Amino acid sequence: MFMKTHLIALGALILAATGSAQADTLAKIRQSGSISMGVRESSGGLSYAMGDGKYGGFHVELCERVLADIRTSLRLPALEIKYQAVTSQNRIPLLQNGTVDIECGSTTNNAARQRDVAFANTTYVEEVRVVVKADSGIDSLAQLNGRKVATTTGTTSVQLLRKHERAGGINFDEVFGKDHAESFLLLETGRADAFVMDGQILAASISRSKKPSGYRILAEVLAVEPIAIMLRKDDPSFKNAVDEGLAAMMKSGELSRIYDKWFMRPIPPANVAIGLPASSATKDAWTAPNSRPVEELGKR
Amino acid sequence: MSWGWVLASWDWLVFCNDTVSGERVSGCIGPIGEVTYFEWMLSAWGWTLSVALSALVVALVAGSLVGIARTTSNRWWVGFGGGWTELFRNIPLLVQIFLWYHVVPALFPALKAVPSFVLVVIALGFFTSARISEQVRAGIQSLPRGQRYAGSALGFTPSQTYRYVLLPMAFRIVIPPLTSESMNIIKNSSVAFAVSIPELTMFAMQAQEETARGVEIYLAVTGLYFLSAFAVNRVAAMVERRVRLPGTAGTK
Repeated sequence: MFMKTHLIALGALILAATGSAQADTLAKIRQSGSISMGVRESSGGLSYAMGDGKYGGFHVELCERVLADIRTSLRLPALEIKYQAVTSQNRIPLLQNGTVDIECGSTTNNAARQRDVAFANTTYVEEVRVVVKADSGIDSLAQLNGRKVATTTGTTSVQLLRKHERAGGINFDEVFGKDHAESFLLLETGRADAFVMDGQILAASISRSKKPSGYRILAEVLAVEPIAIMLRKDDPSFKNAVDEGLAAMMKSGELSRIYDKWFMRPIPPANVAIGLPASSATKDAWTAPNSRPVEELGKR
Repeated sequence: MSWGWVLASWDWLVFCNDTVSGERVSGCIGPIGEVTYFEWMLSAWGWTLSVALSALVVALVAGSLVGIARTTSNRWWVGFGGGWTELFRNIPLLVQIFLWYHVVPALFPALKAVPSFVLVVIALGFFTSARISEQVRAGIQSLPRGQRYAGSALGFTPSQTYRYVLLPMAFRIVIPPLTSESMNIIKNSSVAFAVSIPELTMFAMQAQEETARGVEIYLAVTGLYFLSAFAVNRVAAMVERRVRLPGTAGTK
């Protein structure tokens, strides 16, 4: 009996991990009058927990605006948004099995993921960059040859470092934090000479540190990645609805104002500004909306 | 959706992909300078076994010494052993790992140069030693008091009494719980990912992110953990059989 329960649990897990649930999200919204939004606990200014079970950030607000538009077009009296925290490990399975209907976090749009999920048009273009201590005398990536470089387990930056090593014949001594806060701690305590991560996460970490002037982001950009709101695959009507809502905000300049609200002005809970102006790549994505994966972005 | 569909959606050949380009490497082993996920997983397995087995040595040595200290007649040793055991078993393992990695080097800057592998081995070893000391103490105390007296009556010093009379029996008695601890240490070594040891759990977290093939990766890693712990179990069972004495517990 015990064995059997376990087998069933394992089966359920595998089904949850690979199965696809309702493909018509608009119908689900109409029926239930609610939607489950996947959010991140700590993804810089894009999506984060503000405390008291509240979530905020650039992508969270974009989703809230888009869902308000969808509520109007479906003529629903009310649309309840349920916030569900997800991690980089579980966001795709939870989207596929219907636990969340729309993921408003910091997910890179790449070809591997497009086999499993769909992405709304790119709303933010991330630049992977390097932060060092201001007094370290390090100005370029090449100077980090043989030195300790921190990054966070479970992110694309780990693979990116590997690519740079093989292509450039350099060798980093990699150390891995289990989350961004710990990776930054490795830099702060001198266990690492540099921290390689998405630019906005670096900017947010610096702004929250004890002494922001003690850190410097290098000019070199290691990679450029389109970040987008993630949706279920094969649900074109929902993707269209989301893209339309985003397009209207891109055109009116509202999107740019929301960006400044989360990245340029002081944000809760600490009321410190991240201070990261929209990059030219991000602005390009707003003027020519597309959902191309990172592989195609690089080829341009 | 049927089971057939689930099985068909698996792609076990993902392990043959190159870890940089993501392209399939024929034969699953990349040429020099290239590494496949399969090779990476084997190296991660090696790290898991290295951490676990090194920590097991630390745990057995420290745990036995502390356990013995707690059964001596010297109250300072008894107090030291009790303090050690309570300190290391009342703090969560992950917290202990962070204490060794972040806090202790901040207090003693010389420790910053110590590799994280050593710190993890110490942390995991000391954590487990607290549990082993408890078992060794119980094993020694389960022996009839007459055994200790018999040692004294023969003119043995206390250390000779332990060496020739008490410990040979006590260790035979506690082989089963020590087996569990040895298997636990394999599984507990997974916390080493938190301090940058590239072991199996870290491989799983990172590789599933890169390949988007979480189910295959986690199933393979689960299998390797099971295999490692089960191998420890079999070795311990063999040891138990080899050292068994006629007329004592466990014999027919």
